[in-house]
Formats: sequence, structure tokens, C-alpha cells
Amino acid sequence: MAFAGHPRWLRLAKLKQGPRWRVLERVAAIGALALTLSGCDVAVFDSKGPISEANATILLDSVAIMLAIVIPTIVAIVAFAWWFRASNPRAQYLPRFVYSGRVELVVWSIPVLTILLLGGVIWIGSHELDPARPLASPNKPLPIQVVSLDWKWLFIYPDQKVAAVNQLIAPVGVPLQFSLTSGSVMTVFFVPQLGTMIYTMNGMTTHLNLEADQPGVFFGLAAHFSGDGFSDMNFDVHAVSPAEFSGWAQQAGAAGDVLDAQAYRDLAKQSANVPPKLFRLADENLFQEIATQKIPPGPGPQSGGPNPSVSAH
Amino acid sequence: MLGKLSWQAIPFDQPIPLFAALIVIATVIAVLVVVLVKGWLPYLWREWITSVDHKRIGVMYTLLAMVMLLRGAIDAVMMRSQQTFAFRAPGYLPPEHYDQVFSAHGAIMIFFVGMPFVIGLANFVVPLQLGVRDVAFPTLNSVGFWLTATGALLVNLSLIVGEFARTGWLPFPPLSETTYSPGVGVDYYLWSLEISGVGTLVAGINLVTTILKVRAPGMTYMRMPMFCWTVLASNLLIIAAFPILTATLAMLLLDRYLGFHFFTNEAGGNMMMFMNLIWAWGHPEVYILVLPAFGIFSEVVSTFSGKPLFGYRSMVMATMAICLISFMVWLHHFFTMGAGGDVNAIFGIMSSVIAVPTGVKIYSWLFTMYGGRIRYATPMIWSVAFMITFAIGGLTGVLLAVPPADFVLHNSLFLVAHFHNVIIAAVIFGAFAGYTYWFPKAFGFRLHEGWGRLAAIFWVAGFYVTFVPLYIVGLEGMTRRLQHYDVAAWRPWILIAAAGGVLTAIGIGLQIVQLAVSIRRRDELRDETGDPWDGRSLEWATPSPPPAFNFAVLPNVSGEEPYWGVKQRARDRLKLSEEPEYEAVEMPRNSPTGFVCAFFATLMGFSLIWHIWWLVIAGAVGAYATFVAFAWRDRDEYVIPAETVARIDRANRQAREAALARLRRDQ
Repeated sequence: MAFAGHPRWLRLAKLKQGPRWRVLERVAAIGALALTLSGCDVAVFDSKGPISEANATILLDSVAIMLAIVIPTIVAIVAFAWWFRASNPRAQYLPRFVYSGRVELVVWSIPVLTILLLGGVIWIGSHELDPARPLASPNKPLPIQVVSLDWKWLFIYPDQKVAAVNQLIAPVGVPLQFSLTSGSVMTVFFVPQLGTMIYTMNGMTTHLNLEADQPGVFFGLAAHFSGDGFSDMNFDVHAVSPAEFSGWAQQAGAAGDVLDAQAYRDLAKQSANVPPKLFRLADENLFQEIATQKIPPGPGPQSGGPNPSVSAH
Repeated sequence: MLGKLSWQAIPFDQPIPLFAALIVIATVIAVLVVVLVKGWLPYLWREWITSVDHKRIGVMYTLLAMVMLLRGAIDAVMMRSQQTFAFRAPGYLPPEHYDQVFSAHGAIMIFFVGMPFVIGLANFVVPLQLGVRDVAFPTLNSVGFWLTATGALLVNLSLIVGEFARTGWLPFPPLSETTYSPGVGVDYYLWSLEISGVGTLVAGINLVTTILKVRAPGMTYMRMPMFCWTVLASNLLIIAAFPILTATLAMLLLDRYLGFHFFTNEAGGNMMMFMNLIWAWGHPEVYILVLPAFGIFSEVVSTFSGKPLFGYRSMVMATMAICLISFMVWLHHFFTMGAGGDVNAIFGIMSSVIAVPTGVKIYSWLFTMYGGRIRYATPMIWSVAFMITFAIGGLTGVLLAVPPADFVLHNSLFLVAHFHNVIIAAVIFGAFAGYTYWFPKAFGFRLHEGWGRLAAIFWVAGFYVTFVPLYIVGLEGMTRRLQHYDVAAWRPWILIAAAGGVLTAIGIGLQIVQLAVSIRRRDELRDETGDPWDGRSLEWATPSPPPAFNFAVLPNVSGEEPYWGVKQRARDRLKLSEEPEYEAVEMPRNSPTGFVCAFFATLMGFSLIWHIWWLVIAGAVGAYATFVAFAWRDRDEYVIPAETVARIDRANRQAREAALARLRRDQ
């Protein structure tokens, strides 16, 4: 798997850095660990999938690279500010120390070198972790179509011909190939423990590839403000074994209501705090029709009054 | 007759906004009554409202910023307390109100606190530092201020009449289009910023022209104080970036008012275009705010270290580099839109490149302190707090410029903590440092030190206690703008952040006390000589407060830090330079143009929001007529006779002689 553990390029980069580097990375990692142990799971570091793990690694490595320059700087600020206080008779007063070629060289080159190193991390990381890039896996990826609505999430499984509102069931170890669009305003699809988030926009399709590598229930949310019901636009991700997933899909197909263009129009009306619901997918092209605006975007507040009805619990 | 306006616009059924509105109205009426009863109106009209003196306008900008800071801070307290109560509960602010609060907080803090604060300080200080008597366009300056005040007034009017935007401080379509935001909130936002944006643009044009064309003899570019350089860079950015904002918001207005489709879902509109345009303005805007703050820190660190600024040329280069690069980084605000590896990587690298000149600046201040004799007056305390805090904000900023890290941090409270880290540490601390540093120059007495230090300590503590938890809760996946939440892991951090909010609020309270105490004890805090901090640049060569004409005789600049040179000569010889030959001074006449223009602009803005078309036309005609009347004026200057100039200057020379006499005695 491409992202298991440290990506190879990061391992190489680290070998060249020597022991000081490791110390800093350890400082950053210990900081993260301390947060994790302080009684709460720090979602971004509590990875349940390869993408999240790679995100967290790059995050910690970048912090470590920068701490190498920021910690000495802060120490120097405190030290100089303290030592050169006017009341310190031992401090030398050097009113003519206003230029030094050597200091200038150092103060320009330290940030330049840091940014050069970080630039490498950025360049490689942006490509390796591009959301649209398919994951390498022996398993066949599972396509999932995501539609953000006011204010709930619709997940369509085109291969299984089922759909779910505010509930995402994902087989463990299978690459999840998301296509996303919005049925109304712009928002962001985000499952912190699985990693990378992505925007959803009406009339457009974005792509995201994630994978869960252990079973569990993970918190998912809308991560871009989308109106009054935004705070309730959450969903749970249930990562289950592939066998359980097939079982669920069959059950859902048999038990759920029918999702066609008319049912979708009802769903697209503004409502918040919607409980999870299953559907049998009747219209295979539903996602394309939404993404290409054959089905018009959601209507917005219906009454015409300034306050659409929002159930805040 | 009244368009969409009806009694329904007043929030009679919502106690919180109604109560807030009543307090605002009561305060305004109380102030007006006091002004009228005490007979201050003619004085205010003559000396302040119609003034075209850059110092008075600068003070009014700063006052506007501080009043609006109170409003923005109240919004902040409401947000923190709402999230404190809204764990598995609805809290006390319903979503439609909470959404207005965070939108107003952001818009007010950026447009009506940050902007007027830095423009106000620049207005006050730049002509003094350049050794000249006024800005290039004094009346335009007044117009700029009053249009900014119009924007602030309209935003606050939305509290009482109608509603404010419920879309966030940047009204992203399609949410801000009429389909999803049919109310007047977004219109309030748009017209406020269109009007104040014109004010900001003319302020920018005025300051750039002043720095490029109006300087004392001998004040070459490389002799300008660092603050002037940073103001130049910042205002060049205003001139380049604010038209983008105005145009973008105008397109959204066309969508909302005339059914255009620039950013709608339908008919080929593209919301991503709004994202790009708004951040093409929005990222330079960050530097518009922060560069003058860097300038203030440069002045303060140098003065209180008793040394010239270290690496002046590097600083100039770094400032201009930031000015340029800040236009090439906007896409880092939406790495998560799926632009692809190449685009994200290039903008990520450009964004971190900006850390290089910024880092150089930190080192310049560091080595300015090296070998200094640092006096810890309040401005210097703000500066050291800034340097340490800003280093952390820089780190998290560069971290957010790394796309794979941003993929899990975008829009989270980590991001919120980051930009508060840089804006509070740099812009707000910088503004407070500048306010304390130049206050004696503006009013002739210093601010009280003890209260000021205490306020600084509470602000710094408040910052860390609020925003370190928000960094952490952002790493826990908490996104911004949540009206309520159910995740238990977030709860403790939100509670700590609320405590931080209390500390900051105490800091603000202490600043109010500081101002009151300082005014009361102004006689003990009096600045007799005009040079209370042992300053180095030309503003300290004038009396405090400076006379309308600033300099009795324009200084002849022969090097960097011209005032320091003159002062050292006087100290060496224990005597002032020869008394100059005084001449009559011509100064621009006061003009009500700015105020009257803004009055009509307010009418126009308000009636555009409520679709009262006849009043729109009346307002437009009125504003245009004001401009025509001003353009056809016969007399635009008045003369201050040489005797008056001499009398004022001699008084200041006497005070400085007395200071030298004390020095003689001590030696």
C-alpha cells in the first residue's frame, strides 16, 4: 500500500537529517501523543486509514522542520529581551550595531533553507496525497457518490443500488472512491479519522479517495458553513468487514424506500437533524443528473420568510 | 414608499438583539444630549467633523476602530459563551442569530477595527515622520474617513433594522445568493463594504501619493522611517486589491438585485470564481493589516532599545517582497477544492516562501534588541509579546500552507486559532503598541503605565488561554461556526477557551480604565517637550500635540534618523540649534464635504438595502451635488501668520531648553 507507515520519500529525507532531526520529530510526536493521552482522542492523529496516517505524518514532520527554527528563535527573543534590559549593568550597550553582513547572511539563509526543505515536502506531498489520486490496493475500489443537501448527506452506492442519508457504511480495507457534488450550496465532506476533506459544489463533481483500515464508528461532518442547519449536518461512518458490508447492502436494497427523482426532490428540501435512513436506488443516473443540474438545485428557504424552520434539537 | 421596510424589520420578538439595539440607541442618544447640552456641537463641528487635518482624521479613525473593537469583542464573547452552553443543547442563541453574530464579528474586526486602526495611525504619523505639514489630499482624506464611518454605521444599523448577513464574514455564494439568503442581511454586508471600500481606496491613494510625492527636503526613500515604508507597501496593496473586492461584491450585488448569474448555481454561474476573486483580495488584505503593524514594531523596538533599526535595507527589501508575494498565494485558502497536485503544490510553496521575508523581519527586531538598552514601557511589552506569539502563528501558518496538512485542518478551529494568532498578535498588539506610543504625541500626555501593562498581561494571557485550546480542538476535527455540538472530546477545550475570553474581556476593561485614569491624571502624565520616549524620528521633533502646521519650519533631512541627529548635537553642545526664521504658513481650510458626502452615502446605502428607490436617487444626487460644490470652491487655504507660528514654536523650544538645562544640571 502506498501510504502504509512513512512514505518512502520521507524516510529518505529523514536519513539525511541526522539525530537532531529525530529529536525534533520526537518532540512533535510527543506533543501529539500527550494530547492523545490527555483523555481525549485527537482525531487528526487517531488515524483509521492510510490517507489520514499520511496526512498526520506530513503534519508532524512539517512541524518538526519548523520547530528547528522557531524554538531557537523564541529562545533568542526571550534571552535578548531579558539580558539587554536597561537595568542590567553587565549587558553591553552597542548603539552602533546596526548592520552585520554575516548576521544578514544567516537571517536570510536560515528561513530560505527551511522553506526549501519544506517546499520539497509540499511538492511531493501535494502529488502523493492529491485527493483525486486512486489508492493502490489489491482490492477493487468501491465507488460512492456523495450529495450534500440542506442540511444532510446523501450517500449513493451505484454498484449496490442502495443509498443512505446521514450514514456511511464502508468496508474495511477497500479503497473508497468518492464522487461528490452538492444539491444546494457549497460545503465540505470531512471524516477526520479517515483524512483529507473535499468541497462539494452544485453543478460540479469533485473526487476523493479514502480507505478505512480498521473497523469502527467514525465521526463525519460538514466542514464549510452552509446555513442555519449546518451544525446538525453530521453523519457516522461505520467501517465494517467486506462481508458485513455486502450483507448490509442486500438488506438495505430489500428494506429501504425507493430513491428516484421525486423522492430526491423531497429530500432536497431544507431540513436539519435528519435521522439516518436507507433507500433502494431506483434511478441509476441520479448522481449525474444532480451533478449536471438536470435535477435543479435545492430550493432554499421555502416560506419566503426570513427564518426557515430549523429544529435545534 | 418605503420599499421592503416595515415594522417587521424591528426584532420585537427577539429579546437579545432588541435589548442590544436599545442599549446602542440609548448610548447614542445620551452622547448626543450631552454634546448638545454642554454646547460642544459647534466645537466638534469646527474642530473635528469638518477637519481636514491629518492628525484629527487619524484620531477619529482610531476612535472608530476602538469603538468597533468593543462591538466586535461583544460578538466574540457571545460566540464563546454560546459554544460553552451548546454542548448537546441548543444554547441561548438560535442558529439564525448565532450566524449573524459570527458574520458580524469577522466583518467588523477586519473592516472596521483592523483597517481604521492601521489607516488611522498611518494618517496621524506618516506626515509627521516625513517632516511635512499635511497629506497630499486633505479633503479626500476626510471623505475617506467618513465613508468608512458610513460602512460601520450601516453594519450597526442592521442590529436594529432588519438583520445582518448569516453567511460568514465572506459571503460565499451560492449561500449568499437570493435563493438561499432572501433577507436583507447580505445586502447590509454588501452595501456597507462597497461604501467603506471606496473610503479605504481613497485613503490608500492619499497615503501612497503623500509618501511618494510629499516629503521633507532631503527625505529620500532610504531615509524614511520603517513605518513609512510599511505604510507605503500596505497602501500599494490597498490600491491593487480593494478594487478587486469592490468588483467582486458588485458582481454579487448584480446577482442579487438584477438577476445576473456570476456566482449562482444556475445559468453558468460559478461559485469558485467568487472564491478566487475574494481571496485575491483577501490574502493581500492580511498584509494590508499586518505590514503597518510591522512598521509600528520596528519604530517601537528601535526607540525602546535605544538603537537604530538593525538591517534597515533588509527590512525594506523584506517589506516590498511581502508586498509582491502576497498577491501570489490566494489559492491556499481553498486547497481542499480539488485543484490538483501541481496547483496546490505551487501555491503551497509560494505561501511558505512568504515566511522568508517575514522571518527576516523577526530577526531584524531581534538584533535591534541585541546590544540595546531596552526600556520596558507598555509599547515594548506589546512588541515582545508580539514577537514570541507571532513566531508560533507563523509556524501554524506555514503548516496550513502544506496542502496534505491543510487537507485535515482547513476550516477547522485550528485555522481559526491560526489567523487569530497572527491577527491578534500582530495587528491588534501592534495597534495597541502604536496607540500607547503615539498617544502622547496626539494629546500631550502619556497613558498610564501601570494600567497599560496590566492590560497587556491580560490580553496576552487571554490570547493563549483562548486560542491554544482552539488549536487542539481543531486537531480533534472541530470545524468552525458550529452553533451546537455533540462531541464530548471537544467540550473541555471549549470551556478553557471561554475562560480565555473572560481574560481578554478583562484586558479590554483595563484599557478603558487606563484611558479614564490617564485623562484624569493628565497633568502628572503631561509630555512637555514633545519627546516623551527619547524618540528617533521626526514626529518627536514637534510639540505634543503638534500644531495644525506640524513643523514651524520644514526640517532639512541629511541622514537616517534625522531627529536623533539633531537631538544628539543639542545634547553634545547642551544647547538647541539657532532659532529659525519664521514664515507664514498656508494650510487647507476645513470642509464639510466628507461629512455631507457620507450623510448622503448613508441614505443611499440604507435605501438600496431596503429597495427605497426614490431615496436612492435623492442620496445619489445629494452626494454628487456635494462633490460639485466642493470642486467649485473659491478659497481652499488659510494663512497662519508668522507671529503665531513663532509663538507656538518658541513655547516648545522653551520646554526643550528646560529639558536641556536639567541635563546640564545632572552632568
